[in-house]
Amino acid sequence: MRVTLTPVQEFLAERLGDGALEAHAFRGDATVVVARERVVEVLQAVRDEPWRFEVLLDLTAWDRYPAEPRFEVVYHLLSLPRGERLRIKTRVPGEDPVLPSAVPVFAGANWFEREVWDLFGIRFQGHPNLVRILMPDDWEGHPLRRDYPLTEEPVEFRGHVPKVPSQIIPHAPPRRDP
Amino acid sequence: MEQSQGPRQMESLQDRGRDLAGGLARETLTINMGPQHPATHGVLRLVLELEGEVIVSCQPVIGYLHTGIEKEMEYRTYHQNIALVDRIEYLSSYHEELAYCMAVEKLLGVEVPKRAQYIRVILCELNRIASHLVWLGTTGIDLNVSSLLMYCFRDRERILEMSEMVSGQRMMPGYFRIGGVAADLPDEFFPAVRQFLEEFPRRLDEYEAMLTDNLVWRRRHEGIAVLSREDALRYGVTGPTLRGSGVAYDVRKAFPYSSYEDFEFDVPTGENGDAFDRYRVRMEEMRQARRIVLQALDRLPDGPVLVEDRKVALPPRGELVRSMEAVIHHFKLVSEGIHPPKGEVYAAVESPRGEKGYYIVSDGSNRPVRVRVRAPSFSNLQALPAMVRGGMLADVVVAIASIDIVLGDVDR
Repeated sequence: MRVTLTPVQEFLAERLGDGALEAHAFRGDATVVVARERVVEVLQAVRDEPWRFEVLLDLTAWDRYPAEPRFEVVYHLLSLPRGERLRIKTRVPGEDPVLPSAVPVFAGANWFEREVWDLFGIRFQGHPNLVRILMPDDWEGHPLRRDYPLTEEPVEFRGHVPKVPSQIIPHAPPRRDP
Repeated sequence: MEQSQGPRQMESLQDRGRDLAGGLARETLTINMGPQHPATHGVLRLVLELEGEVIVSCQPVIGYLHTGIEKEMEYRTYHQNIALVDRIEYLSSYHEELAYCMAVEKLLGVEVPKRAQYIRVILCELNRIASHLVWLGTTGIDLNVSSLLMYCFRDRERILEMSEMVSGQRMMPGYFRIGGVAADLPDEFFPAVRQFLEEFPRRLDEYEAMLTDNLVWRRRHEGIAVLSREDALRYGVTGPTLRGSGVAYDVRKAFPYSSYEDFEFDVPTGENGDAFDRYRVRMEEMRQARRIVLQALDRLPDGPVLVEDRKVALPPRGELVRSMEAVIHHFKLVSEGIHPPKGEVYAAVESPRGEKGYYIVSDGSNRPVRVRVRAPSFSNLQALPAMVRGGMLADVVVAIASIDIVLGDVDR
């Protein structure tokens, strides 16, 4: 399917050559997927003139388990002069979840990267203080990984029936098109 | 012997005293503010390094209210999650629901009926007034204007009563549905909201007369907790905190949603980026919110309040006794839920704290693979150290109040 790219997507596709993995716009959200080695370079390029995507709205990840490369790290940027949002994504393999840190480009990436480390276990190289932020310091594991089970806290009284996941509606796989 | 030792002892004590004083002047003191502290507006802990009364560094410690809502949402259907998102930014649940529903609607490609869009705007703007009133009242408490809290909560109470008329709940309404709202507005809502909006400007003038020209209020706000425009952008600050620093970014204007393009309203901004500018921006936003609600009430269109698509929204109750098909749709929607197509979307609204965004990844099944909540309070709090550095210890309280964080939103 041919998609019309926004000017910044075309600029990135041209600049990166083969480094740009794909560019699409599902439901109008301009998205560029780049290799993880080049993600900081890309962030820097769109932050500066003439694009000025100066605001890092969000930095997060999601787990594609059991697919590989396992993690996808997602950056949402905002350009105030252009009035546009841009999504930049990069993929990180499960056995080596390391990524260069975006803190030198966006100071606001600091806490976001700590959160991604905390909940997904993706390390950011060059981060000034990569420690847990939401979970307790001595927590084991990274809760937002798909293979980390959703459990219930133990209770001290008798007669308790575990609710999770029996109360939850069972998973229905994607429907196949008729 | 005693006498000959006396003066020497005095001298050495004086030396020691001088050393101590010199040592103290160079030493910094680390103190802990919170997690239980009346001025942190929740469970926030700040590790403050002080040199005398001056802040050398400030390190927020968060996570005390982390409830794992993002994880929980991966195990529930799209409709069930509406009840969960209410609890994140609990002072503005309507915005939270709107952002979530908009993201799922974008994923589905569903167009919400015009009447439902207007109803959503009315409730969100009322919710903005209620949320700002909590901010004003609690800021007053922090600065020893305790009567202000009573006045603000008196007005907020009326909005909560209206929320109860509409949704049955004062907070955590669970009123928005994917594709519209749960039910049409009740008849008694209209006179109540009209009367409130008529009286509200006078109340607001009264509060401003009490505060804006008050010497103590001004001294505690002007030039305090300054956030420069550059720092605000670097940290991804949004909402009134960003607008106080002079950037006129408002999601309602920049990326209009839910028919906001139909309404006339101004986006107030500050100039100095201090706590006083943020105060003035929020006061003006309450007036603008009132303006939007009045326009929406005047032009409220007729029509359905929920999409007709039976694969997305529940059929009306009355249909269930007449149509077998409606029963099947009802059963499928409640037991299994909706199946949005495979893909990822980001949708955002302007909550009272800033850009509240939802990033949802779907694999085509009845549950989301990932729901990410872009929390405005999280980014705003990250800019707090830049605001308080070099300032006085007592002003930390003003700084926290002026960014108006909700810890449920910070920790999710």
